[in-house]
Amino acid sequence: MTNNSENKKGIGGMIDPRRYGIERIAYLLMRLSGLGLLVYFIAHIYETSKILQGQFGWNEMIASTQTTHGHIILAIIIGMCVFHTVNGIRVMLGHGGVGVGTPTRPDYPYSPASQNIKHKIGIYSAIILAAIAMMYGLAVMFGELK
Amino acid sequence: MTQIPGLAEEHTSTPLSSSQSITLRIAKYNPVHDTEKKFMEFNIPYEKWTTVLEAILEVKKHFDHSVAVRFSCRQASCGSCGMLINGKPRLACFTKISELNSNIITVEPMNNFPIIRDLAVKFERLFDTHHKVKPYIIRDDTEITTNTKEFLQSPEEVEQYIQFSNCIKCGLCNSACPTMATDSSFVGPQALAQAYRYVADSRDKGKDVRLKIIDESHGIWRCHFAGSCSQVCPKGVDPAMGIQLLRGYMLGFRS
Amino acid sequence: MRESIIMKIHYGTALASIGLVAVHILMRLTQDYAESLEYANVIRNYYFLPYAGMLEIILILLSIHGFIGLRVILLELKQGRIYEKVISYSCFIAMIGLITYGTRTIIMVNMG
Repeated sequence: MTNNSENKKGIGGMIDPRRYGIERIAYLLMRLSGLGLLVYFIAHIYETSKILQGQFGWNEMIASTQTTHGHIILAIIIGMCVFHTVNGIRVMLGHGGVGVGTPTRPDYPYSPASQNIKHKIGIYSAIILAAIAMMYGLAVMFGELK
Repeated sequence: MTQIPGLAEEHTSTPLSSSQSITLRIAKYNPVHDTEKKFMEFNIPYEKWTTVLEAILEVKKHFDHSVAVRFSCRQASCGSCGMLINGKPRLACFTKISELNSNIITVEPMNNFPIIRDLAVKFERLFDTHHKVKPYIIRDDTEITTNTKEFLQSPEEVEQYIQFSNCIKCGLCNSACPTMATDSSFVGPQALAQAYRYVADSRDKGKDVRLKIIDESHGIWRCHFAGSCSQVCPKGVDPAMGIQLLRGYMLGFRS
Repeated sequence: MRESIIMKIHYGTALASIGLVAVHILMRLTQDYAESLEYANVIRNYYFLPYAGMLEIILILLSIHGFIGLRVILLELKQGRIYEKVISYSCFIAMIGLITYGTRTIIMVNMG
């Protein structure tokens, strides 16, 4: 319940993905992954600037980031990156009106044509590809794969 | 939360079945003297066909006459009875208790609309945003002055926009929209869908005018295709489709 | 700047960066993971001018895309003429700052 006169739910309403299907969940994940990737991007630009401190500075940075925690964070970043990219392509096509259906005379039970199987497949594909990429990244970072 | 047991003694021609009952929680809030919502609970008998609106009116009839609720047609034509039912914006007259699959039904006023009292909300903002997109045919000539009697349209041309003309301005889409949860200036899915309704109408010549209106920092670009508006629309308007088709014009996917 | 122009830039930078970021990540296929993080190998990558150029382009594209995205989220959270101007200019300045800092790294490494 909000106490403001406009009766807005606020950030809680924006991030609550329940009751509206996978598209709303994808919207939330897109926002979270975007913010996460921006934070990582800034950190990545900073950490790679350590190369200017020579071999010692670089090795120090590598030692502090190539840890178990570092690998797990990087795996999450990999997942975010893949999800954001694949879902972003789906969203961009949707924004252009691609795959959202064609207007017709509506008939009961009024299922929305824009919430169709094509976009649902796009969302699930993004999630699955992100999971696969995360597993691959973890396998590489923990030495299972080269 | 206040519990009120039993039915008031009252003559009624409608026999009330007590085979099944649910707990109806109604949000009570008067902005004049309340600081926050309170919920009152009522035990209401229902049948397979009983709608949430009927349950609310049952409360008004037998338990609490002061419950403020807006309703009119009872057949999902007028759009008056929009409210949050178990957390999702729905029309109370169009939602059967039996389809909610819950023993507890919670009804609250639609969010993103200022509350008048209890379940009744103000619609000024919806009317303002709707008005902003110029929801009427824009062209220089009229059907009175042209040589032909009226502006003819083929069935295919009508098919392009008829779906979006089904909008009953119930506001459920604006309530469900995640952007409207935080953005007070967002035009909203209802207005954007109506903008597309007129842009897609072959009789209309105001496409550029409308596209310019919605091309602002709180216009069409704050829609992120979450699709919640289409999920809750009771008339099959599918505002999300209209908005993306409209955006297609601005991105060059459509001309 | 009209909002449609800003959003077209947002979409354009996203599409343009997909392939380039994919190249950046897939560079690891040329070496073992641990090897690819060694100082000498990283320096060698920076000295290879096409790769350094690609990194610069990625830096610019993703900075623009990221900060436009941040601006969108922040504009939705609160409204007001002054707030919106502050957010827009702050994001622009932060974007320029990040691009400058990253470009400094690339140029200084290349200068030895």
